Amino acid sequence: MKRILEFLSPLLHADAGADRVVPPSGFTVRLTVFTSAAMAFLTVFALALSLASGRLGQSWGDELARSSTIRISAPAGQMAAQTEAALKVLTQTPGVASARALSDEEQQALLEPWFGPGLPIDQLPVPQLIDISETAEGYDSDGLRLRLQAEAPGAVLDEHARWRKPLVAAAGRLKLLGWVSILLITATTGAMVTLAANASLAANAQVIEVLRLVGATDGYIASAFVRRYTLRVLVGAAVGTVAGFVAILLMPGGSDAGGFLTGLRFQGWHWLWPAVVPPLAAMVAFAATQAAARRVLGELA
Amino acid sequence: MIELDNVAYSYGGDALLNDISFSLAPGSFHFLTGPSGSGKTTFLKLCYGALLPTEGDVRIFDHSAKDMGRDAVAYARRRIGVVHQDCKFLDHLPLNENIALPLSVSGQATPDQFANLQELMSWVGLVGRGEALPPELSGGERQRAALARALIMSPDVILADEPTGNVDWEMSQRLLRLLVELNKMGKTVMIATHDMALIRAAKALVSARVLRISNNTLQSAGVDL
Ligand SMILES: Nc1ncnc2c1ncn2[C@@H]1O[C@H](COP(=O)(O)OP(=O)(O)OP(=O)(O)O)[C@@H](O)[C@H]1O
Ligand SMILES: [Mg+2]
Repeated sequence: MKRILEFLSPLLHADAGADRVVPPSGFTVRLTVFTSAAMAFLTVFALALSLASGRLGQSWGDELARSSTIRISAPAGQMAAQTEAALKVLTQTPGVASARALSDEEQQALLEPWFGPGLPIDQLPVPQLIDISETAEGYDSDGLRLRLQAEAPGAVLDEHARWRKPLVAAAGRLKLLGWVSILLITATTGAMVTLAANASLAANAQVIEVLRLVGATDGYIASAFVRRYTLRVLVGAAVGTVAGFVAILLMPGGSDAGGFLTGLRFQGWHWLWPAVVPPLAAMVAFAATQAAARRVLGELA
Repeated sequence: MIELDNVAYSYGGDALLNDISFSLAPGSFHFLTGPSGSGKTTFLKLCYGALLPTEGDVRIFDHSAKDMGRDAVAYARRRIGVVHQDCKFLDHLPLNENIALPLSVSGQATPDQFANLQELMSWVGLVGRGEALPPELSGGERQRAALARALIMSPDVILADEPTGNVDWEMSQRLLRLLVELNKMGKTVMIATHDMALIRAAKALVSARVLRISNNTLQSAGVDL
């Protein structure tokens, strides 16, 4: 705890004097603020992208796990036997969690939207449907097709949701890329602050010399720089975050038709995520300036 | 207070200073003379820990300079008032704040000390110049400001490198009297100077010892000048 307090002391000491000993430098101030604002804006977008991809992948994945179907079209006499055979094949297929033949009532309910109520299903050559749930690993669909052909020639495997599998993988990758981008943006912010602080320390070599002459410790000198950069980055990142937040807020949301694009808005408590960005940026700036100051002061000794 | 024990120093080539043993006794008053380039400034820098000896040992307030971390040196500096030969300031801050800088840096800026500051400003003849920026000052004013800055912490030891180099005879007498006054209050004083007239004037006021750097080493110049 003591060490943490010591580490944070440049921020806690509300000593305005320490800030004044470093001459103001208008241009680099504005550049630092602008860059941190831009970085925060990008972070909010990367965050939205990552969270949206995550949600999409999740919901697509759920659908995938639920559904493929086998449709059996056979002469009325063979229907029961082939259904039996297909179910037997399915129980023996690795990767199939469960399989269930739909009852007549269920099939009727499915057809109702097209043919209206009261359809005499037992008098029509309606195919029998079998609902399959996969395990996480999934089954080998080519192998299953071959076995069905042999055991139940009237069975057709319909993997209507399977085409989404690569999309789910892509969504996962996109989510990962979002997080990688955030990491890169964080590192870039750190690098930017390090460069700016280094330049500032080098430009103020005489200030440092004078401060040392009158008995300033490294901690005092470092704090003057650290506080300045931490505050600049905090202000810049706050502005950028608000801008990014508003931009995301203005995205049209909700409708299913838009799919991914309209899903970019945050949802629920995820709206709180951007609030993390300015403190994170300030922490990065703090650490980067602290490290730069310690290094330069060590070299100037 | 400050002791040098068989100290040698070189900036890389031949030794500039050699075999120097010296002890700065509390309450003493020293002058340090020697030709230009003989190493007076270097000697003072060794005394306040800005340089480490290449041989031998410097002890500052009973701590070996070699073992002192940068923070320890910083704390020692608060007890040693140094007037640099090339008086450097923070050019963006007004003179008041520059002179009070040792106080801010050590977290001792209080209203009491501010009264001190006004008194000090009048001692060194800088009343009314407090709001001026250092680059607007004359060479003599800078020197006086540097002296004021060195004294603001009421240090135990005062090391002054040519503190009267740029001021007229009358002002140099005044600054000398200030330093003598401080010495009578118990401060230890060492002044590096070429100015023999100043040394002679001082002898009338205080029992000062005169040291001389020649042939790369420290010699006592004795009483006769
Ligand atoms: N940083 C340095 N690097 C290399 N050589 C230096 C450095 N500082 C001083 N010197 C050399 O050391 C010698 C002594 O310098 P110093 O400043 O101590 O002399 P001084 O007695 O104070 O002279 P002056 O009376 O002109 O102020 C000079 O020859 C100078 O060139
Ligand atoms: Mg000199």
